[in-house]
Amino acid sequence: MLAKNENGFSKELVAYINEWKEKPGNLIMILHKVQEEQGYISRESAEKVSELLGVPLVKIWGVVTFYHFFKLTKPGEHNIQVCLGTACYLKGSEKIIEELDKQLGLKVGAVTPDGKFSLEEVRCVGCCGLAPVMTVSGEVFGKVTKAAVPGIIQKFM
Amino acid sequence: MAIRNYILVCGGTACESSHSDQIYNALVKEAKEQGVENEVQVVRTGCFGFCEQGPIVKILPEDSFYVKVKPEDAHELIAEHIIKGREVTRLLYDKTKSAKHAQVEDIKFYQKQFRIVLRNCGFIDPENIDEYIARDGYAALEKAIFEMTPEDIINELKTAGLRGRGGAGFPTWMKWNFTKQVDNPVKYVVCNADEGDPGAYMDRSTLEGDPHSVLEAMTICGKAIGAHQGFIYIRAEYPLAIHRLEVAMKQSRDYGLLGKDILGSGFDFDIEIRLGAGAFVCGEETALLQSIEGHRGMPMPRPPFPAVKGLWGMPTVINNVETWANVPVIIHKGGEWFSKIGTADSHGTKVFALTGKICNSGLVEVPMGTTLREIVFDIGGGIAHGKKFKAVQTGGPSGGVITEANLDTPIDFGSLVRIGSMMGSGGMIVMDEDDCIVDVAKFYLNFTVDESCGKCAPCRIGGRTLYHILEKITNGNGTMEDLDKLQEIGDAMRKASLCALGQTSPNPVLSTMKYFKDEYLAHIVEKRCPSGKCKKLISFTIDPEKCKGCSLCARNCPVGAISGELRKTYHIDQSRCIKCGVCHDSCKFGAIKVN
Ligand SMILES: Cc1cc2nc3c(=O)[nH]c(=O)nc-3n(C[C@H](O)[C@H](O)[C@H](O)COP(=O)(O)O)c2cc1C
Ligand code: FES
Repeated sequence: MLAKNENGFSKELVAYINEWKEKPGNLIMILHKVQEEQGYISRESAEKVSELLGVPLVKIWGVVTFYHFFKLTKPGEHNIQVCLGTACYLKGSEKIIEELDKQLGLKVGAVTPDGKFSLEEVRCVGCCGLAPVMTVSGEVFGKVTKAAVPGIIQKFM
Repeated sequence: MAIRNYILVCGGTACESSHSDQIYNALVKEAKEQGVENEVQVVRTGCFGFCEQGPIVKILPEDSFYVKVKPEDAHELIAEHIIKGREVTRLLYDKTKSAKHAQVEDIKFYQKQFRIVLRNCGFIDPENIDEYIARDGYAALEKAIFEMTPEDIINELKTAGLRGRGGAGFPTWMKWNFTKQVDNPVKYVVCNADEGDPGAYMDRSTLEGDPHSVLEAMTICGKAIGAHQGFIYIRAEYPLAIHRLEVAMKQSRDYGLLGKDILGSGFDFDIEIRLGAGAFVCGEETALLQSIEGHRGMPMPRPPFPAVKGLWGMPTVINNVETWANVPVIIHKGGEWFSKIGTADSHGTKVFALTGKICNSGLVEVPMGTTLREIVFDIGGGIAHGKKFKAVQTGGPSGGVITEANLDTPIDFGSLVRIGSMMGSGGMIVMDEDDCIVDVAKFYLNFTVDESCGKCAPCRIGGRTLYHILEKITNGNGTMEDLDKLQEIGDAMRKASLCALGQTSPNPVLSTMKYFKDEYLAHIVEKRCPSGKCKKLISFTIDPEKCKGCSLCARNCPVGAISGELRKTYHIDQSRCIKCGVCHDSCKFGAIKVN
């Protein structure tokens, strides 16, 4: 995540947008790139995309809010995902969420006060054979027990 | 010196999360340090399917199957197996078979499997096109371009009897034929890699382990229907699969197998990747096409079908990843060969993601017509921790449960519908006696309510109402009329919803009501949850026989509901207990009873 570009877009991002500008169906691909760079899609970013593409803001906002993958608020430095897909749910992944709350005081959808961790529920990360599964900053942890949670968090402290 | 041994290391997402990349690096390093780097080749492959036992390392030609390997084991594997020719018994899957090798054929997990779709997963390096070609890759494309007419290609699929693996089982040749018959200069080929069913990962593993098979198949389709552009719509949550597809596309362009003038034939076909963004409904084909066009993923009424009016209004063939992966084999080996596998109703194989309360979870590919009993007990090794089998859920949020009584039904598209479930995309979730069936139905409804796009009222409002009724029942406030309401609303949603999301979302409720009526009644009439899962319906008590009075539970209770004197029996104040279960989990003597 490039924090220095909080409000502006980097050169690469603008170049990417220009490259895709004329392609039909470009909006979602561009929003992915914005989120990849900024970690989420702020109101300002959406306005900027609207300006660069000449697409009304309402259309962009409609797309951003439709898709779960796009985040509207800034995630923590390490985003934690706990899988609540069927396989993980049956194997008790809710307990992981409870444990994270106990360890970090972190609720689903929230960020810790120091901005270090955020917590998100996801539905199947495709590692169901390892259920229950959680990911931290994209690293996958399988067969997670309550007891293993503190150790996993420690790695990212 | 010639290569003596191949060491295959699983590089699927599940094994990578258990550090298979480090194992790969350690093996390469050890081979070098021990002076055998010219005699062994270490290959990073796609998923072996046996995720339960991962990370997996297989050494050829002995076919030794090592499980739960750690990076530290690399030294021993090279020193013992490669240099001294002695297997490392402690890492073999079946330690008793060590004298005669614990070979892949000896492993029950693989015995009943038959691999068409997963033919290359775990055998080749997915990032090396030469390995795909060495296993007959792109032979089908060559045949399709130079030896077959578009009609021949479609006829071959017709003979094969391939039906779509994305859920509905629609005959693939018919889709292609409709699209071919429409006279239009621009047509599209789309691969549905959205795989939204929670608990299913067949498509991911196929793309990660064998991306070229999908590229080859889409190009063949382009030739058959007269399209020059393809799109792969893939979940953004699958970064490794996206990466492997990108690598594969570049390599096949470099080899003249994709892009302009393929193999010098004058036929042009190229493919682009489009990312999904976490909306389950976008797996539905019309919503998916909307999403590729950059809109909110709202389904459209059909007809017109995508075959006639699809992406940007052009005729479009859309197939699922697994459907695609079957195509090159059918063209290469012939439809006749394919049609002999499976049942009369459904030919070929099906890949299932076997998960839940099962000993060997993983990916399994079996001929159509295999029974559930064979999958769950022979391949899957039965229920974990000696618990009792309760049901298998297939078809994800659109499917239903299959009980003990139907375990011997040979599975194909038709038979699953007859017993009240459906094939779906291939998620197979095993439940044991600890799982509450009403809770599971509520879980699926919660999912579909969340994922409903909101366009049509039956799905938007009906789903929510079903969910609330289930919530009421699991909270102990259900009445007998609620059962009738569930049935009535469910039936209405089936008939009146716009797309299959709403039409099928009542299935988990209706099917569990049919097979587990007594469990619903226990919740409603007796206010009791037989499996002890529904918190509002259970209570915790302390067994005086077992309690040692250690005070651990009292110290852990977050609301101070437990009191007592050291070394005497403790007591739970039911009026204060919030049923969080912390006492139950913390007691070392098993003295906390769930009622
Ligand atoms: C709510 C919903 C979700 C779906 N999700 C998927 C999916 O994740 N993957 C898929 O291939 N098909 C999915 N389908 C089925 C597709 O609409 C379509 O039938 C399929 O892509 C056709 O390909 P096939 O003929 O190869 O099966 C879904 C359908 C519905 C109604
Ligand atoms: S259900 Fe959790 S990874 Fe699939």
